Amino acid sequence: MNYFPDEVIEHVFDFVTSQRDRNAISLVCKSWYKIERYSRQRVFIGNCYAINPERLLGRFPCLRSLTLKGKPHFADFNLVPHEWGGFVQPWIEALARSRLGLEELRLKRMVVTDVSLELLSRSFPNFKSLVLVSCEGFTTDGLASIAANCRHLRDLDLQENEIDDHRGQWLSCFPDTCTTLVTLNFACLEGETNLVALERLVARSPNLKSLKLNRAVPLDALARLMVCAPQIVDLGVGSYENDPDSESYLKLQAAIKKCTSLKRLSGFLEASPHCLSAFHPICHNLTSLNLSYAAEIHGSHLIKLIQHCKKLQRLWILDSIGDKGLAVVASTCKELQELRVFPTDLLGGGNTAVTEDGLVAISAGCPKLHSILYFCQQMTNAALITVAKNCPNFIRFRLCILEPNKPDHVTSQPLDEGFGAIVQACKNLRRLSLSGLLTDQVFQYIGMYATQLEMLSIAFAGDTDKGMLYVLNGCKKMRKLEIRDSPFGDTALLADVNKYQTMRSLWMSSCEVTLGGCKRLAQKAPWLNVEIINENDNNRMEENGHEGRQKVDKLYLYRTVVGTRTDAPPFVWIL
Amino acid sequence: MSYRLLSVDKEDLATPPGLKERNYLGLSDCSSVDSSTIPNVVVPEIEKSNLNFKATELRLGLPESQSPERETDFGLLSPRTPDEKLLFPLLPCKDHASGATTVHKNVVSGNKRGFSDTWDEFSAVKGSVRPGGINMMLSPKVTSNTKNDVKKCIQEERSNAKSGLKHAPAAKAQVVGWPPIRSYRKNTMASSTSKNTDEVDGKPGLGPLFVKVSMDGAPYLRKVDLRTYTSYPQLSSALEKMFSCFTLGQCGLHGAQGRERLSEIKLKDLLHGSEFVLTYEDKDGDWMLVGDVPWEIFTETCRKLKIMTGSDSIGLAPRAMEKSKNKERIPLRA
Repeated sequence: MNYFPDEVIEHVFDFVTSQRDRNAISLVCKSWYKIERYSRQRVFIGNCYAINPERLLGRFPCLRSLTLKGKPHFADFNLVPHEWGGFVQPWIEALARSRLGLEELRLKRMVVTDVSLELLSRSFPNFKSLVLVSCEGFTTDGLASIAANCRHLRDLDLQENEIDDHRGQWLSCFPDTCTTLVTLNFACLEGETNLVALERLVARSPNLKSLKLNRAVPLDALARLMVCAPQIVDLGVGSYENDPDSESYLKLQAAIKKCTSLKRLSGFLEASPHCLSAFHPICHNLTSLNLSYAAEIHGSHLIKLIQHCKKLQRLWILDSIGDKGLAVVASTCKELQELRVFPTDLLGGGNTAVTEDGLVAISAGCPKLHSILYFCQQMTNAALITVAKNCPNFIRFRLCILEPNKPDHVTSQPLDEGFGAIVQACKNLRRLSLSGLLTDQVFQYIGMYATQLEMLSIAFAGDTDKGMLYVLNGCKKMRKLEIRDSPFGDTALLADVNKYQTMRSLWMSSCEVTLGGCKRLAQKAPWLNVEIINENDNNRMEENGHEGRQKVDKLYLYRTVVGTRTDAPPFVWIL
Repeated sequence: MSYRLLSVDKEDLATPPGLKERNYLGLSDCSSVDSSTIPNVVVPEIEKSNLNFKATELRLGLPESQSPERETDFGLLSPRTPDEKLLFPLLPCKDHASGATTVHKNVVSGNKRGFSDTWDEFSAVKGSVRPGGINMMLSPKVTSNTKNDVKKCIQEERSNAKSGLKHAPAAKAQVVGWPPIRSYRKNTMASSTSKNTDEVDGKPGLGPLFVKVSMDGAPYLRKVDLRTYTSYPQLSSALEKMFSCFTLGQCGLHGAQGRERLSEIKLKDLLHGSEFVLTYEDKDGDWMLVGDVPWEIFTETCRKLKIMTGSDSIGLAPRAMEKSKNKERIPLRA
């Protein structure tokens, strides 16, 4: 390769799009490093505090697409206080100053403000794509800036964000000249939208492929929108609230029939069952179905719908489908790759809607299944062993038994053997979430067999530090380890400090780690940010001499090349 | 120090089983039911010793009020009757590992309408309802024992279930961040199901309902899930725990050496001169005192919570006082 001129090598590199591959390329030699960095267009930064925008731009001056993740994963479950950090503003400011030709920004778990959105909309004339997932801090005014100023906007994709809805006219801020929209997802907005503006926008967007409405869009408007956009591929129907009068319903049916390209369906927040049948005619085309917010639809109607969905690859559903429903899924959806079963009754009221039987049925019926998230009330080792045998192809296996520490409900044993079977059989397992009663044994299995494991979530599990040590020593590819309410302490934390150089981050909350241990770790590893999130008065920690006994409530550590961050709130103490 | 100023009727109606009183000598667990945010750090390690002391405690209360279903509070102590009380104020905490302080003050003092007053009439808490919302924002020291507590609670709960005791499912103990479901999903489900409660067949609980809780002077706000509580006292208790660190700045960090930091004087100040009042913003954007309306209506209309200092709440108090005057008092039970 060294005999080729740079341009040729660069051209070859253009075919390499995966982040990891490009990272690998850049390590080959200085010349490749140089060529690669100037041609790199997309960068993924898994932890926004691992690097700063200046260094990013220094290395990749031709950046077009940036993905940033902010808060740790457990922030999703209210374990991280709101003001912890993850602000996108400094990034946008730096990118704006550099006059970068930014086209795409994807953010997850970050704090985004209207000011940031306004700055973003004005700083990059070629900006095309904004994807915000689980972000917060902005309002519909910020969306209005994006709509008004981004002339070539292609994607506006808002997934599960907390947006203050000012019920304004942000949709009407799209100029009449804007005809380039491909994705418009505002399902997470709570307020009414300007339906007229929405219909006109959809009507003048011939490239629109993905439209996800919020709950405030009524059924007749949905029908009209579908008529405007029969080319739609991905549809979120919003609340789908009915009952419509028979004429509206007929119109809806007619509109649906015309959407022959429709492959992905979601929404149905308020849907009542009998109108689901309007979708039956196009079900045979569906590859993705998300009914996980449809609390009102019960098992039998779900089954009727799913029976038509023979090509389904992804299914998100509530446990109201029941084991019987899952059996139907298993016999119908032979192409199924990803399944998520969410709990309807979060308080665990004993509604055993899905059990281990449903999981076993799915594993037996769906040979292509590789990702599962399964909430249930009970599990057995036998079932997990069967699942492992049936489905050795799991990449992601997340099992959440709603009651912490619940053992095998038949044998009353811990679930070590069951999860052990999973990690042993699934050689490509990259992500695992554990639950139920678990001892150190399960971690020994994980350390031994889960060689490809990158992300592990542990809650209420293990007996001693050995458990955590098994994982740290065994899982060479571990990137994100998050632990809560488990008896792991300083011994495990400090055993191999250099391990954390190979990982993105470690989260430990309500464990046995002490302040003294964390301080020692911070001393040994200056390239780590060791953050203590302390609910109480921070200063008190310093004065106390008994650090060895002072347990840390929340510990979050991550490797970084830019040292301590400067935007931490007072209750976050960086050692 | 912990002392009781209360009447028996409140115990019957108002104190949900899950709330516990505490005292510095660790003899029993006390629950704190007060409108002020008294720090209330949980001490699970006392739990086991408390079992021994139970027999020797002085009790003020109805003999039949032993309520066995209350074991499932994560992180809280072993089952206690609602009527456990101490008749005497105890010495200030000296040796108490977590520095837990509780004050049980159910009597309205001065012009301030006590929080406890308002939920007398509306308390839906009966003996059979288990506490729902014991929020697990505990000090770290506490949570080191969480797992054992959890196991203990679960075991007890299971044995209760086997013995056929009926529990209101909605009142099952909750742990912060568990089950691991995004708040967005919880809130969305809550908004959906709350509109269709009548057609839901036999589903015991509605989805969670997160509201933001802010407090004057606190550096950050928190969120609570209103569905995990079934009454005002539970909510109050949980909020106290959550925000205790702000009212009592010297509060034990991770429980370990907290007791050394607590000063008797500070506690007294808080008890007597507590300036904190719990308010909420309703659907119409008005700020109201928490406790005015029945719990069910409160959960439907509450959008945000705020712990205000006394001075801010003065404008709210008069209206509340009027209302409270009009309320019937529930007679004492013998």
